[in-house]
Amino acid sequence: MRQPMSRFLRPRFSAWLLVLPLFLFSAATFVVPIVMMLARSVQDPELSRAFPQTAAALALWDGRDLPPASSIDTFIAELRDARGTEGLSFAANRLNSEISGFRSMLLRTARSLPRDRQDDPVAALARIDARWGERSTWAAMRRASGPFTDGFLLAALDRQRNDDGAVVRVAEERAVFVTVLLRTLWISTLVTVFCLLLGYPVAYLLASMPGRIANPLLVLVLIPFWTSVLVRTTAWVVLLQRDGMVNGLLQRLGLIEQPLTLIYNRTGVLIAMVHVLLPLMVLPLYSVMKGIGRAPMLAAMSLGARPFEAFLRVYLPQSVAGIGAGCLLVFISALGYYVTPELAGGGGDQMISYFIAFYTNRTTNWGLAGALSLILLVVTGLLYVAYARLSRGPRAPA
Amino acid sequence: MIWSLAKRALTVLALGALLAPGDAAARDLTVVGWGGSSQAAQRRVYYEPFTAQTRVPIQEDSWSGGLGVLRTRVQAGNVTWDVVQVEADELQIGCDEGLYERIDWAAMGGRDSFMREAVSDCGVGAVAWSVGLAYDGARLREGPTSWADFWNLQRFPGQRTLRRGPKYTLEIALMSDGVPASEVYNLLRTPAGVDRAFRRLDQIKPNIVWWTAGAQPGQLLASGEVVMAAAYTSRMFAARRDDNRDLRVVWNGSIFAVDHWVVLRGSSNRDNAMRFIQFATRPENQSRFPALSFQGVTNLQAALPSDAGVAASLPTQPDNLRVAMPLDVEFWVDNIEELTQRFNAWAAR
Amino acid sequence: MKMPLAPVDRVLRWALVGLCVLVFIFLLVPVLAVIPLSFNAGSFLTYPMTGFSTRWYTDFFTSPRWLPSLWNSLFIGSIATAIATILGTAAALGLDRLGGVAKQALNALFLMPVVVPVVVIGSSLYASFAALGLTASYPGLILAHALLGAPFVVITVAATLSGFDRRLLSAAMSLGATPWQAFRRVTLPLILPGVVSGGVFAFATSFDEIVVTLFLAGPQQRTLPLQMFDGVREQISPTITAAATLLFLVSLLLVAVIEWLRRRGERLQASAPAE
Repeated sequence: MRQPMSRFLRPRFSAWLLVLPLFLFSAATFVVPIVMMLARSVQDPELSRAFPQTAAALALWDGRDLPPASSIDTFIAELRDARGTEGLSFAANRLNSEISGFRSMLLRTARSLPRDRQDDPVAALARIDARWGERSTWAAMRRASGPFTDGFLLAALDRQRNDDGAVVRVAEERAVFVTVLLRTLWISTLVTVFCLLLGYPVAYLLASMPGRIANPLLVLVLIPFWTSVLVRTTAWVVLLQRDGMVNGLLQRLGLIEQPLTLIYNRTGVLIAMVHVLLPLMVLPLYSVMKGIGRAPMLAAMSLGARPFEAFLRVYLPQSVAGIGAGCLLVFISALGYYVTPELAGGGGDQMISYFIAFYTNRTTNWGLAGALSLILLVVTGLLYVAYARLSRGPRAPA
Repeated sequence: MIWSLAKRALTVLALGALLAPGDAAARDLTVVGWGGSSQAAQRRVYYEPFTAQTRVPIQEDSWSGGLGVLRTRVQAGNVTWDVVQVEADELQIGCDEGLYERIDWAAMGGRDSFMREAVSDCGVGAVAWSVGLAYDGARLREGPTSWADFWNLQRFPGQRTLRRGPKYTLEIALMSDGVPASEVYNLLRTPAGVDRAFRRLDQIKPNIVWWTAGAQPGQLLASGEVVMAAAYTSRMFAARRDDNRDLRVVWNGSIFAVDHWVVLRGSSNRDNAMRFIQFATRPENQSRFPALSFQGVTNLQAALPSDAGVAASLPTQPDNLRVAMPLDVEFWVDNIEELTQRFNAWAAR
Repeated sequence: MKMPLAPVDRVLRWALVGLCVLVFIFLLVPVLAVIPLSFNAGSFLTYPMTGFSTRWYTDFFTSPRWLPSLWNSLFIGSIATAIATILGTAAALGLDRLGGVAKQALNALFLMPVVVPVVVIGSSLYASFAALGLTASYPGLILAHALLGAPFVVITVAATLSGFDRRLLSAAMSLGATPWQAFRRVTLPLILPGVVSGGVFAFATSFDEIVVTLFLAGPQQRTLPLQMFDGVREQISPTITAAATLLFLVSLLLVAVIEWLRRRGERLQASAPAE
């Protein structure tokens, strides 16, 4: 009885043991960092860490007029203690994302605080900076007093809470993320459409050819697929320059007189991205079309349909799964693009990834970076689920 | 055979694990400049001689400014840079925020040895530079003479390049609009003035290629990608010398400022970092810098370059200074955050 | 067998072929046009070339910036590949013996780094690694590259395992082999092509990686792609085309290895006795 039992148990146990190292590795270097980053989009710890009692007091404030003098006293005491600490600079950083200029005001205030306890704490602060006498300053502090906030998620959609706590649009000249999100979707859509228009005929032709011709041609599709994105983007920057090969060729052919501006703008981004992603369209289309084969077309034609008609009525509908898979694959990949727009695009061509990077290492606003990451991940995830359904579709029972 | 391969892989792995932490503990002194010709000149007159003299190896890096980059590093406890060359407003704001170590001026030879703009609590003046209108003489027979020409799309069709950020860009926009240099900052201190600068930029927005690294404008001019640039003047003269390019600078309306050496707070190489700054601001070492980099220096005892051509191309040359506008550091200390946010939103649209 | 085509259809057919030729040119031109430029004697990145020269390769192999970046790429790539290959192979072997929800969930987890946009991985790792002092360090970059490479090893090894006849193992065990001996003598030789091609994929991923590297690398860890990225932004010198050509040749070599392994695997399976 012992022998079969251990035989039954051991493979399972050893299987878990084998999976464990990569599981722990992925957890440590992937799951935990990403979850922490996404969590930052709703966490708001800086203020409550630097000024715990002030944060608690502000939470009780009704938001009208100014906070009670006792709360402001608490704030002054805590600010005095926080002078020169790291916590203060974190808090200053956080408040600055609520109101631009808050950082320098807070730091200056911390330096020039009165020594003794004041009868009128608000007036004492307002003598250092008049903005301490304004309700919006304290409302901003209350919004940032944590420990949780919806401010970053709202900011990622160009929304904010006003002093009364209602959700409003941010000022026109500050609004940027909705534009960027729509642009990201729009560029991805255009890239997908161009890839389909260029990739479908190629996949069709390859699928209709005998293997000894199709296979070498398929390698030609695979070579750019395997070449690094950076090399290909670099190549396009070189080729599309004003004095580059493409302009030179067009000029020599007499098609244009003045060189065209093909790079550092939308044109450059689209050309480079379509080139980089085209193989991702051709490959799934090709594999679906290989499955369709020549028979349906030939059958339709033998029934009297003209080739083009047969294609439209018989072949195209059957290749829809391939179109869907290819389009989703290209679209999903395009959404997260960073290097190609950065190198081949201009200021108005940057996609959401650029801003995630920007708020991660060019300004310390990891809450906003987390919120933008969350949006990108949710969109990518939903589309990927659709893709997985679609590419599994024909096999799974409907 | 497979096992010998696997064993070798494991050895490499263990070796890497052994090497790496030692690596992190003894990080080389890291000096961060602004890349391109300016950093190449620093390498020759500061980095290499410093290492030769002190046996302290220097690891170089380059950046393109932005206090957020330094703030992120210091606040994240990720201080892998030691000495950084920062702009004047970055010096002052960062100093107020405690991002830098304090300077011991006695060790630097005293405050009086330096020009006034070079002295502060947290940094020592490194270079005096200008940003000015530049073009390629080989492509434009009759070149532009003022920022107004920069906006003249009829006479000078094609793209132009400006720095991606509000600093200098807003000043240039107002100067191009006929605002005299002495009035620029007064106007920028009003909301209407800022609106006017952005409206002016709107007029050529589709024709602007943005640069971030100082080496880019020269590249864009040389490749014909742009017809005009707001560029660091020093890089233009370096390109004339090194690449035989006929890049020309319009001093009229150029903007003049001083960059500073700072040491990031929490640097594990603090002492060597200070030693480096002391070395790189000594008069005898600074004397060698302008002829190589076409930038001015800050130590009052540093000798002027003997070559008349070099002297004439320095931002600190009196004729050039006379037609230049000094960067208003106070203005940018107060407004850089707000205007950067607005600029980024504007540029991203 | 061929049916006579109407003129309209013939035009359509030729239009299709013509379009495809253009697409193939589009696909290959950037790569093919840049390689000759790297041998240009002049320093302009345009045609006609002024003469043949290997000066840009000399520049690459003597420059204090490019050569160290190549060594960095090779160093980081090989250690990351070793980690990814060991962890990925073990996990694929384990997954093969698991079933049900656990298998599906783990599989999804292991493949996730390929699906999640790299910029999200990069910024998350930057934030986490900064707190641990792992930014601007070799270990940090190696861990990140291993993470990105491991999914490919899991995929390729799992693919070879799916064609693996378990009865061979039982046979070995019944002949008295310990599980370890059975693994070394039976399993490993059979899955080796998958392990190697997974390793090649992982290496190629690390060798080309730029986004996560942008976040994590310090001045000492500059890799070849990072050096190229800065080069494209700051100074498009012909040396970049030389670097691009070298990167391209490495990719080509890696494709060739994988293709060779795939063909070999197919041949082996074809020659294996039918069930």
